[in-house]
Amino acid sequence: MSAGSDQARGWGFAAPALLWTMAFFVVPFVVMGAMSLATLDGRTLVWGLHLDNYAELASKAYLARAIFVSLEITLTVTVVSILLAYPLAWIIAFRVPQRWQRLALLLAILPFWTSYVVRSYAWLLVLAREGVVNQTMLGLGLISEPLTLANTRFATVTGFVHFFVMLLTLTIYANLVQLSPNYRRAAMDLGASAFQTFRHVILPLTLPGIMTGAFLTFVLCIGDYITPQILGGNTELTVPQVIMVQLGRRADFPLAAALAIVLMGIVTLAYLAMARWLRLDRL
Amino acid sequence: MTAKILFRSVATTALVGAGTAASAQDELNALVWCDHTDPALIEPFEAEHNVTVNLREYEGTGAALALLEQSRPGDWDVLVIDGIDVFRAIDAGLLAELPADELPTDAFFPEVVMSENNGSDGAIYAVTEKFGYNTISYNSDAVDAADMENLSSVWSEKYDGRISIYDYYLPVMGLAALEQGIDTAAIDAAALEPIGETLSQMRSRAASVAGVVAAQTALATGEVDIVVGGGEWLTAVLAEERPELTWTIPEEGAVRWTQSIGVLADSEKTDLATEFVKYIVSAEGQARLATSSCFWGMPANAEAGDFLSDAQKDVLRWDDQADYLARTQLYPAPDTDLDIEMQDLWLNTLQQ
Repeated sequence: MSAGSDQARGWGFAAPALLWTMAFFVVPFVVMGAMSLATLDGRTLVWGLHLDNYAELASKAYLARAIFVSLEITLTVTVVSILLAYPLAWIIAFRVPQRWQRLALLLAILPFWTSYVVRSYAWLLVLAREGVVNQTMLGLGLISEPLTLANTRFATVTGFVHFFVMLLTLTIYANLVQLSPNYRRAAMDLGASAFQTFRHVILPLTLPGIMTGAFLTFVLCIGDYITPQILGGNTELTVPQVIMVQLGRRADFPLAAALAIVLMGIVTLAYLAMARWLRLDRL
Repeated sequence: MTAKILFRSVATTALVGAGTAASAQDELNALVWCDHTDPALIEPFEAEHNVTVNLREYEGTGAALALLEQSRPGDWDVLVIDGIDVFRAIDAGLLAELPADELPTDAFFPEVVMSENNGSDGAIYAVTEKFGYNTISYNSDAVDAADMENLSSVWSEKYDGRISIYDYYLPVMGLAALEQGIDTAAIDAAALEPIGETLSQMRSRAASVAGVVAAQTALATGEVDIVVGGGEWLTAVLAEERPELTWTIPEEGAVRWTQSIGVLADSEKTDLATEFVKYIVSAEGQARLATSSCFWGMPANAEAGDFLSDAQKDVLRWDDQADYLARTQLYPAPDTDLDIEMQDLWLNTLQQ
């Protein structure tokens, strides 16, 4: 078989994926980029190479603040989720007998099966002044007045963490169970303590699982509208919430597109920074 | 034999084609607010006209206009739209002229006929179908009802952290304007500074800024005791179970909302769509729309009272409408530039 026909066959196999990516990523991205450079004249969309929408990001304080709030919430959620998910994945991988691991994983991801919106509203009720958290603490005498938990950043972070701990547990668990027990045995034989084994052997080897989950958490969290809208009580606005306001009444698609492009830029930078810092290619 | 098979195929194809055409003729597509999705409202029309009404809910006029612009001509037949935004749909050439003489506007509450809002150059393109108030909803067991009669005492220190603000800038800024003694129709760029001061004060007292469901949940669960911008549309559906959740129109007045209905200019079923509009504004249709399971509100057609029970009229406060209509103002209807400034002020306030 000639090299030419091999090449043609290769393109043939790659074509569906390429077409899919072109149709559902590249083309929409180009359209969104072009839209972000358009302006609205009343209700009329004026195409062109205008930078007005990006200039608005600098001139309107609430837009810059929305980016800052989104980043703060996303980073908090990512760090807290990792800190909670890692021990959970560890316990499932190494402390739960193998025959029970599937059930343990099933229980860990059970909340995925409920509606995202319903779950958010459920958290609103749990965290309310009359909710179970406040009532329990009042009953135990830990507080004398109900705490304001709902409609706060704490509520938003709680709702997100509940969701993303499940995701991170899965990616970290998948990484942990692939590690040969010989790594730990070798480290112990060489005199490493349990902590040193974890710190210098297990943790570096599970970084790909952590980072995969962390990146997914970052991407999904920073672009999410529902959780901050329901649980945050609009006490501060994230970028997706500001995008929705632009679309809701005035249908300002150009400004919304510019904000979406900025959001995408942040995600790209976050990925590049993480990849460079961790040198993922070497892992 | 072959000829027979061919004939049957052609005949079947023709029948299927005719059937498709017939079924297409028997469907009406309406872009609506959630109160129109109540089967009790739609089914009588469907039964009478032997049609299926396909309903699509939307939130925000911008979203509706964008959807219409992206649709093919003829995809949509009927549009329900915020009363203050009818002019936007007219300017965009989206609405067809309605036969004004076939609409029962003579029986409407005069304040909500709003021919100037629903028409242009003497032609009528939409008709008001429902109205109500963005005012103060509260839990009468938890707050002093006398305090709710004055807007500045509503967002005073006494109720710090016990307030939720309805998440729609136009009516809330309308209420802030009223507290400042500014008519909603007189709001201009210069008025935004005092309005902004009131908004900041309101915001500093608020536990949340919430949409319909969240505000209702917050009031019902005791998370807050007051909803600024609430009204009958927020508490009426809870009236039977939670009579302590009520609403009032304070001394300074309140903001009035209206919703209108029209036929889309590109509709290929103009007659059927017009019949639907006529049904919605008929006395029977109005009574059903007023008490829709999604949210209650006053019918524009006063004759709907004949089809409402005394209990329903009590919840809607039917007998107080003359007073309420006199003391309320239509909520702000800014032009594009002012709208952008108002939205910016609102978002800045939320981010404080």
